[in-house]
Amino acid sequence: MSEYIIKNGNVFDPVQGIKGDKADVAIKDGKIVDKVGSGAKVIDAKGKTVMAGAVEIHAHIAGPKINMGRIYRPEDKLFTCTPTKGLERMGGGASIPTTFKTGYEYAKMGYTTAMEAAMPPLFSRHVHEEIRDTPIIDEGAYPVFGNNWFVMEYLKNKEIENTAAYIAWLIRVTKGFAVKVVNPGGTEAWAWGLNCLSVNDPVPYFDITPAEIITGLIEANEYLGLPHSLHIHPNNLGNPGCYETTLDTLKLAEGYKAKNKFGREQVMHLTHTQFHSYGGTNWGDFESKAKEVMDYVNKNKNITIDTGNVTLDETTTMTADGPFEHHLSGLNHLKWANIDVELETGSGVVPYIYSPNISVCAIQWAIGLEIALLAKDPMRCYITTDHPNAGPFTRYPRVIKWLMSAKAREAQVNAFKHKDKVLSQTSIGTLDREISLYELAQMTRAGPAKSLGLASMCGGLKPGMDADVAVYNFNPDKPVANPDDIEKAFSRCAHVFKSGVEVVTNGEIVSNGHKRTLWVNVKVKDNPQVMRDINEKFLKYYSMTQANYEALGHHFVPNPYTLEVDAT
Amino acid sequence: MTKTVTDVICPFCGTLCDDLEVVVSDDGKQLLEVYNACVIGTEKFLHSQSKDRVTRPRMHQPDGTWKEISYDEAAEYTAQMLAKAKKPLMFGWSSTNCEAQSVGNEIAEITRACCDNTAATCHGTSLIAIQDIGLPSCTLGEIKNRADRVIFWGCNPAHAHPRHMSRYSIFPRGFFTGKGQMSRKLIVVDPRVTDTAKMADVHLQVEQGKDYELFDALRVAFKGEWLPDFVAGIPKEKIREVADMMKSGRFGIIFFGMGVTQSLGKNHNIDAAIAVTKDLNEYTKFSIMPMRGHYNVTGSGEVFGWQFGFPYAVDLTRGFARYNPGDTSTIDLLVRGEVDAMFTIGSDPGAHFPISAVKQFAHIPSVCIDPHLTPTSGVSKLHVPVAFNGVECGGNCYRMDNVPIDCRKVVEPPEGMLTDEQFLIKVRDRVKQLKGAA
Repeated sequence: MSEYIIKNGNVFDPVQGIKGDKADVAIKDGKIVDKVGSGAKVIDAKGKTVMAGAVEIHAHIAGPKINMGRIYRPEDKLFTCTPTKGLERMGGGASIPTTFKTGYEYAKMGYTTAMEAAMPPLFSRHVHEEIRDTPIIDEGAYPVFGNNWFVMEYLKNKEIENTAAYIAWLIRVTKGFAVKVVNPGGTEAWAWGLNCLSVNDPVPYFDITPAEIITGLIEANEYLGLPHSLHIHPNNLGNPGCYETTLDTLKLAEGYKAKNKFGREQVMHLTHTQFHSYGGTNWGDFESKAKEVMDYVNKNKNITIDTGNVTLDETTTMTADGPFEHHLSGLNHLKWANIDVELETGSGVVPYIYSPNISVCAIQWAIGLEIALLAKDPMRCYITTDHPNAGPFTRYPRVIKWLMSAKAREAQVNAFKHKDKVLSQTSIGTLDREISLYELAQMTRAGPAKSLGLASMCGGLKPGMDADVAVYNFNPDKPVANPDDIEKAFSRCAHVFKSGVEVVTNGEIVSNGHKRTLWVNVKVKDNPQVMRDINEKFLKYYSMTQANYEALGHHFVPNPYTLEVDAT
Repeated sequence: MTKTVTDVICPFCGTLCDDLEVVVSDDGKQLLEVYNACVIGTEKFLHSQSKDRVTRPRMHQPDGTWKEISYDEAAEYTAQMLAKAKKPLMFGWSSTNCEAQSVGNEIAEITRACCDNTAATCHGTSLIAIQDIGLPSCTLGEIKNRADRVIFWGCNPAHAHPRHMSRYSIFPRGFFTGKGQMSRKLIVVDPRVTDTAKMADVHLQVEQGKDYELFDALRVAFKGEWLPDFVAGIPKEKIREVADMMKSGRFGIIFFGMGVTQSLGKNHNIDAAIAVTKDLNEYTKFSIMPMRGHYNVTGSGEVFGWQFGFPYAVDLTRGFARYNPGDTSTIDLLVRGEVDAMFTIGSDPGAHFPISAVKQFAHIPSVCIDPHLTPTSGVSKLHVPVAFNGVECGGNCYRMDNVPIDCRKVVEPPEGMLTDEQFLIKVRDRVKQLKGAA
């Protein structure tokens, strides 16, 4: 493999505590190294910003509901098609790009690892086919557990060990990465057209509460010592006043400590916090409760979050929170797709337009930014758009602009039709914090990598780590003349390396890299009861046989990277 | 001694049964018996063993005879044909696996072809309606475990999807449906008294071509508004009775087939059917699902979807994907004489397209990749027989509810035969050379 040395860049690396010092980054055999030979190819990064490749902790980029979005929204392709070009396959789509375009767009922005946020286990083979066709970036997928019949039956009887054995089995056969929970209990209730809007609403028939599901899964997750913690989308998403449910959910993590060998410290990751930080009683008195939520998050070190920033675009919402999507289509009257999945989960898809002329959308925009700006520890608060729900991931550079420039935020606030309402219902006008490049590296690299248990592998530039490096055309020594320059610089990298391969040069794809699928293989003690239960459920209630359930073989996971966990 | 292969997937219809057992000879070369499959599925497996099977590519000669050629020669002809054409058409894809479809899409991208699947003649109209109004749906196991109202509209699973009713929709005893058939009300809407209709609790014998009116009448009846005495030949009392039956269920499902997708109204019928389903979700839980025909037509739509962004009728001639059914759809392209090469795989347009479209095959270079002898292989210039997918090779396929199931190989193909994917890789590699692609 080629050797490279990236010279004289302004390096930002929270892993080593480097805050913009001029330094060289050396790459050899796919890893960051101390030094390379004189034959190494030199990349001149003078006057540029050098960071590790960015890590996406939560995006919907592969699987049945994403493809439902692509298939049922031909309008999303209008004016967004990219032709075949050199190594690049053709692409299309703005909020739900085709798989090839997804890989290229991430890479061009300097992202080198991404996590698919909700994999319905029954559809794992589909998810992996799409991951296979997403070039360059390493990807993992979180199977959903919060409405799973096995989980609810075991946890009703507080059987943590059995729950853990089941999780280990499911993650292995689906080639999954972490334990994801979406609207615990609520999506199962939705199979009967109902919902669970608080952590204490009992799930129909199963007679268990969302709170019991959440604490049980935290215990099982720590029993196994998985790389990532429980990753939760709580109940009552998106409703005025939902922040109380969010706080109730966060409080369930109290008293739990992380147990794992991956350096992870949290036991719960709260995702797209913006959607869960709403006050008010209706859309008229809708207001931000970002402060209340962030006060709690700042105080409790066993929690990490991501933001879910609204980008003010037309997009396609999609979530395993089936009842929410039905509710949303009732609000905006756009086309509603729903996919309930036997024994496991459900999901829905609805297009949505975040219009700057609508006060609620503008307030949502402000809340997303407030969350990041109120975060005291950037290592525990990560930037996402919950792609494509609050906006497409291709808008990260714009979100970064808003976070790094109070001027840019002010300009946007002034452009809102209901500016006064945004200022009265949120604290965005009073926040003058500007995120530094070092904090940005924490929020998009070192932080998410640590939360995912990948801190020794990616998110930093320490020798021995994977050589995932992004070089931006951004000179930190010069004052920013125009905030739009920030957006421009973070849109297209000067250079991107993925595992030591140069994949992007001057914003163009130059290699399709060696894309890997990250998954977690957990060994647990033999558990004949759980195996018998699985066997029985397949015989009686699944619509396919157990022997055909596993995502097995080269055409699903051609290049696996396995994180081994021993929980025996 | 013989061996029994279990959990075999049936590569026939969109029901994609995965519980078959197949008995093969000890050397794995002969397929002896098939258990659990319906009569059509069984035939499909056994047909692979027929003695008169064509096992080598054949070129049609000017005198009407066929000349056997090698796979390499066949790949060369196919690659040359696609590379030279200004607007090649690559049609079919519904009876092959997703890996072959992926390779095919690569070829289409390099040669800037029009790509389409058999949705063109069955559920393409459903896809248009879904793009208009959405699709509240679920997996088939949900129906097995929960459904107490089952509606078959314009479809006849007793004949077209023979095991659908026993595996998923009418007879199975699921988690919340412990009494099986007794816990379900079955409504069939069909102008004919089909074998499915004979089993129904209520058979609405709708007038031919009046489905749209009947869907709308149901929506009116849900709201308790005024109805004329008869709609689509059904008395209003009957319509109100059925509407109440649907509303009073805990979990309902509408399955629909080509009786509504390809009769008068086409996509508008499906618009109305989905609107009925959405309305019912105000009262209870309801889903709707197209009864997809070929065992992997759904998969073709999925692969097109994630690679090009559209489920069928994709036109790549401009170097990026365009979609405009009626303009970029296969039959229209053929009838207008716009394409100058015809590539068919895993389907039989010769038997199903209008004759005006099929006649075009005679005027342009054409290749048919199919293990069977079909009307399409008969009129194509080159016929490339391949291994039976799902019998002689594995590969991923998508059931009608979009659930992917990986097919199994149960026997060896005849000596020297290639699979769809292997042949397409040969073509792709040659096309890349001819086009100088990266």
